[in-house]
Amino acid sequence: MSADAGGALAAGGGVVASEVPLLEVRDVAKYFGSVNALQGISLKVYPGEVTCVLGDNGAGKSTLIKILSGVFQPDEGQFLISGAPMTLAGPREARTNGIATVFQDLATIPLMSLWRNFFLGQEPTVGWGPLRRMDARKARAIMRNELMKMGIDVRDPNQNVGTLSGGERQALAIARAVYFGARVLILDEPTSALGVRQSGIVLKYIVQARELGKGVIFITHNPHHAYPVGDRFYLLKRGRLMASVLKSETTIDGLTDMMAGGTELEELSRELMGLTAGAGAPDPELVEVARELAEEVSGSAAETPDGS
Amino acid sequence: MVIKPQDSGGADRTAVAVTDGTAAGGAPPVPGDERLVQVSTVTRLMQRPELGALMGVIAIFLIFTGFDATPNHLWLTQTGLAAWSQQAAFFGIMAVPVGLLMIGGEFDLSTGVMTGASAIVMALLIGHEHWNAWLAIVGTLVFAALIGLLNGFVVVKSKLPSFIVTLATFFIVRGVDIGGVLLVNNGSTQVSLSGPPSSYSGLASAKDVFGSTFASSSSVPSGYQTAVLWFVAVTVLGAWILGRTTFGNWIFAVGGDANAARNTGVPVARTKIALFLSTALAAGLVGIISFTQASSAVSEQGVGYEFYYIIAAVVGGCLLTGGYGSAVGAALGACIIGMAFQGVIYAGWDSSWDFAFLGIVLFLAVAVNTVIYRRAQTARR
Repeated sequence: MSADAGGALAAGGGVVASEVPLLEVRDVAKYFGSVNALQGISLKVYPGEVTCVLGDNGAGKSTLIKILSGVFQPDEGQFLISGAPMTLAGPREARTNGIATVFQDLATIPLMSLWRNFFLGQEPTVGWGPLRRMDARKARAIMRNELMKMGIDVRDPNQNVGTLSGGERQALAIARAVYFGARVLILDEPTSALGVRQSGIVLKYIVQARELGKGVIFITHNPHHAYPVGDRFYLLKRGRLMASVLKSETTIDGLTDMMAGGTELEELSRELMGLTAGAGAPDPELVEVARELAEEVSGSAAETPDGS
Repeated sequence: MVIKPQDSGGADRTAVAVTDGTAAGGAPPVPGDERLVQVSTVTRLMQRPELGALMGVIAIFLIFTGFDATPNHLWLTQTGLAAWSQQAAFFGIMAVPVGLLMIGGEFDLSTGVMTGASAIVMALLIGHEHWNAWLAIVGTLVFAALIGLLNGFVVVKSKLPSFIVTLATFFIVRGVDIGGVLLVNNGSTQVSLSGPPSSYSGLASAKDVFGSTFASSSSVPSGYQTAVLWFVAVTVLGAWILGRTTFGNWIFAVGGDANAARNTGVPVARTKIALFLSTALAAGLVGIISFTQASSAVSEQGVGYEFYYIIAAVVGGCLLTGGYGSAVGAALGACIIGMAFQGVIYAGWDSSWDFAFLGIVLFLAVAVNTVIYRRAQTARR
């Protein structure tokens, strides 16, 4: 935890050299048997910033999350917390080091009340011996206060979590992680199962967590969710880091383009065109898809004259 | 294939929502969420899991008040109360921990046979081994605890459904309960004491604590069974643990979603093993009570009772799939069964009707509980 050494290390390749990243991975790789799930991934998370990890299905996002949250240990590369190299034995150790992961299932229990969920596993108690019991009053007050910080006014702490909307559940999980000392928050696809409005609410909470000075890692496949809240973006593709950019260096269209892979899309459309032209009796649906794809490619090219 | 058009289509709208969100992010917290509606006390009561069982207790009490065929209308006297509360006590001491285990997401089918086997163990320790009765009680509880821990460990480690694991334990214990007793008890399945309780060391005082009566008066000469006090104690303890303690919070959590519970740091395995331990220890207690009452025990005693305990817990509002329920509800469920058994006798019906009656009660209770459960899960008013 020596800040000086960390600072020196961070200055080596950091975009913002003045600050030590809360969490950093350098050149990590992960293998599953002969499958190379991740290779050469470097990533930095700074306090008060939202670090977005973008990638399509199968890009290696979940493997990366599991490395960051201590579930997996990287086979190669370094893992640094506040500049100090670390090997996490498991998620529990990650948590004690201030790294909290809000998984997609949110680890909330629908049939339990808000306050019981909030303190699950870390319940405050009063009394001693056989009379030791949960301090429900304190738990309710703290929960109400913490959710207020996230911008949610809870009137009934006894309400079951099952009655909350998806976005509110996400907020509860985030508030819980923040309260229990998280400095780095890993949010695994928090908007993927949500509608437009709910996604907006979750993005708001992400901003709230950033305002609280947390380093937020926001994993998503949707650049339109990532761009407005993100400060730095890492694009994963097939287990490799395809790009890492700061917000100032890109635009929403640039990001989308990188995500969708403009050139790859073009290739795909050409291939499809060739397929439909070559076949004796082309499937009309296939032709239609190829045409749409071609339009899409030219459309996105027009939208981004800078090309990125 | 047409990923992109969809993406950007939805994204434009999303982007708008995002801008809203971001703007609000810097602003002071939104003043309340329109989704959270104030819940009235009445509504809160209507969502209690024990509500169905309480309604059942009242309904059955009234039904048997109507059908009471005894000359002196015993149902409404203290004699009637003493009679059905004794029955209810034996079911209730088990139903409460069985209910807690069910809330924790597991089953124990070995509970019935364990009550009988515990009584046999105590009978053998006193009758054959001539242990001091209090030492025999400790021995009986140790025996029960070992079986409970075995159930718990096997369920947790093997990840097999507890239904199967405890079914296996049920049959193993049942087999040993008969075969073992025949071996050591001169070919008889009944283990009785040859002399009066006073002739055995410690048995008289043990009987006072476990198998005696209290509050006898002119209106109820035989008094109430001590078992009723144990029933009350177990219910209070169960309700306290479930509602007030950290462990109670964990019970709800492991039954509601074991994976989520694990992710928040709840010791899932420890919680489940403790629950299996508690059902087995309760079975030990019932065995001790029944032996001290009768000074004898028979193999296969209690076999089949596991279903009554489960019925009581389910009638009491415990969700079969776990995560929801109440200790007081399970106790009320046991009262329903006790009342039904005694009520059928007082009504002068053939006791075979017990089963049909309980089946109907179970069915109605589950119907009512499902409504309550759905209300607790989603609705607000």
